[in-house]
Amino acid sequence: MTDATDMTPMSAPAARHTSGSLLTASARTKRRNAAETRFKAYGIAAIAIAVLALMFLLYSIVRDGASAFQQTYVSLPVTISAEVVDPKGNRDPAEMAKVISMSYGKVLDDSLKAWIAAENIQIPDLSEADIKSFFSNEAQARLREMVLADPSIIGETLDMTALTSSRVDGMFKGRVTEASAALDAKTSVAQYQLAQAMKDKGALVTKFNTAFITKPDASDNRAEAAGIGVAILGSFYMMLIVLVLALPIGVAASIYLEEFAPKNRFTDVIEVNIANLAAVPSIVFGILGLAAFINFVGLPRSTPIVGGLVLTLMTLPTIIISTRAALKSVPPSIRDAALGVGASKMQTVFHHVLPLAMPGILTGTIIGLAQALGETAPLLLIGMVAFVTTYPSAPPEGFFDPASALPVQVYNWTQRADPAFFERASGAIIVLLVFLLCMNLLAIFLRRKFERRW
Amino acid sequence: MKSVKLTVSAIAVIAASASAAAARDQVQVAGSSTVLPYATIVAEAFAENTEFAAPVVEGGGSSAGLKQFCEGVGENTIDVANASRKIKDSEVETCKANGVANIMEVQFGYDGIVFASDINGPDFVLTPKDVFLALAAEVPADGAVAANAAANWSDVNPDLPAQPIMAFIPGTKHGTREVFEEKVMMAGCEESGALDAFKAAHPDDEDAAEAACIAIRTDGKSVDIDGDYTETLARIDSDKNGVGVFGLSFYENNTDKLKVATMNGVTPSVDTVASGEYPVSRPLFFYVKKDHIGVIPGLKEYAEFFVSDAIAGPGGPLATYGLVPDPKLADVQAGVADEAVMQ
Repeated sequence: MTDATDMTPMSAPAARHTSGSLLTASARTKRRNAAETRFKAYGIAAIAIAVLALMFLLYSIVRDGASAFQQTYVSLPVTISAEVVDPKGNRDPAEMAKVISMSYGKVLDDSLKAWIAAENIQIPDLSEADIKSFFSNEAQARLREMVLADPSIIGETLDMTALTSSRVDGMFKGRVTEASAALDAKTSVAQYQLAQAMKDKGALVTKFNTAFITKPDASDNRAEAAGIGVAILGSFYMMLIVLVLALPIGVAASIYLEEFAPKNRFTDVIEVNIANLAAVPSIVFGILGLAAFINFVGLPRSTPIVGGLVLTLMTLPTIIISTRAALKSVPPSIRDAALGVGASKMQTVFHHVLPLAMPGILTGTIIGLAQALGETAPLLLIGMVAFVTTYPSAPPEGFFDPASALPVQVYNWTQRADPAFFERASGAIIVLLVFLLCMNLLAIFLRRKFERRW
Repeated sequence: MKSVKLTVSAIAVIAASASAAAARDQVQVAGSSTVLPYATIVAEAFAENTEFAAPVVEGGGSSAGLKQFCEGVGENTIDVANASRKIKDSEVETCKANGVANIMEVQFGYDGIVFASDINGPDFVLTPKDVFLALAAEVPADGAVAANAAANWSDVNPDLPAQPIMAFIPGTKHGTREVFEEKVMMAGCEESGALDAFKAAHPDDEDAAEAACIAIRTDGKSVDIDGDYTETLARIDSDKNGVGVFGLSFYENNTDKLKVATMNGVTPSVDTVASGEYPVSRPLFFYVKKDHIGVIPGLKEYAEFFVSDAIAGPGGPLATYGLVPDPKLADVQAGVADEAVMQ
């Protein structure tokens, strides 16, 4: 509407320049065209900088993290010696349970030595320590579980596929080279040569690392066994809580503010406060969560319920603002028509306005959730940056079990000493980015599918 | 309609959370980031070798952990605080004021503190005196006390490389900082005779002289690292002149990137720390709330498991990671078994 009125003053100066030919551009037109070209160039440069930054980020993450999805396993015949796993020889489960997992290392070491002798591999300087640190400590724990679950395998020789230590794994990922192995206190050149010889004989296999996605975190001694299973589950639980709490509260608040509330100083104050809350640093919500939910209400630390409640508070302003914008964009004529045929105010809102605003609300909610998924700062204070190795149980009880979250798992791993954790942190970032991408694609899909134009 | 359903389920969740006084069945631990790797190794082994639930271990630093520890008694407070220094009297007071009267102190081993620089850089042969003269805020010069003007390590001691002084030391929230101040800066202060100079400058105030000994220069040649050793390592990676302070176990995990400095001519290792030849080491502790034993399942068992020979002894998984085992581990085990509290 307003465009038509604006045309008049624009056309007036153009009329004064009718003396020149339309085919030859005047100096002034050239200047205007040049300004436009320059502006386009600035825009392209801005986009190029942004794309380059993104490319660099993605490149460095994929370069460091792609190897987390591969893992080296050793596949050997393992003889389960009764002397180690059942020293009393009476097959009493209670006695056998007293043999702790570290003792099972001897079973694996002996099996490796037997294999080296059988294959006639000659490596000078191969020490006891090199054999001992070849397997992951996780293999001992798994062997102990197997024996306790089925004592009949004692004395048998079975083919076992076990994790190698993080240094051996690193030899096939370029993280550990022969030169670095010489300097490294945790491995040696002899161990490097042994790994290469085993690879040639087919005793070492590199497989897709499903355990990385499904298994829980592991301690600093077992970087090769660490996974993001608990973190994914914890993040999922928190997102569920945020969705279930923030969506209804946010939508109800926005509908009231937008459709029913009188416009007065009080609602203005609320509006300013909501806009302010959206910009409050997220760590503030963490401090609030610690004081309110853990110290006052007495909810347990490190649990998805507290994380979910804190993230709900953080996401609410985002959802309210986007919902109000979606409600505002529904043309007043729809409301007028509904009221005109005798619908009540509530019928108007729920039958006509809300369905039309739904795509905008959903988009806002999903973007709010994606933001909450990647949030670390508030979780630092409520104990989510913890070492948790047990999966939380199914909801609703699982909401009160300790869990980790994806972004804090990344934060956690970047602080560990073993360089293998750095690779895993980058791998976890890739998983997090994939989740965020999926959520944003879903938002775009929902908007396209349900969007109505007038 | 959809939103009505969602609202109802939301109310259900809130109601469920209000009745969430369910008993905690796992031990909760927080504290020193130096002790954190040991505690995670123990927590993992404890869970797979016993019937108890896996303990939840948080880092955060010794002071932060002890602060949480002293918040009170009850299920929503932590059971164990890890510390890379002894608990302070002021912290014991805070604990008492909040009802945490019975604290079990468990010393489970030693950790060496090492100075290390980039693997391709020159060798450093340090003494506490050199470090003090390089990093102190004020040093004695010609009988008076003056601001530290040393720019290169060779200015401090001609035997050291002519490399600009750039040190990355742990920030004040770390327990490591206190050990650094006490075992390196204080020792260097006395060796170099600076303590006497400071005493002369502050004749009536003994504390002021000691405070001057551990005051670190603030002209940018020494940087406090508030993060973990990984941050120190990253700083050295980007500034090859840097010398950083690390835990021995962290260094042992990164020997292909770092070159360790000797101290008083002794190369740090598990053996030299255990024998006491290497001067810069400190005991590691964890503190247990005795009042939680019997309330939180597995708490006493966790403490006993932690200090057992198979875990904290020589050849155990903690020693593999870099812990220097406590030679008096048997006494520690007896103390834990008796639930001996601090006086």
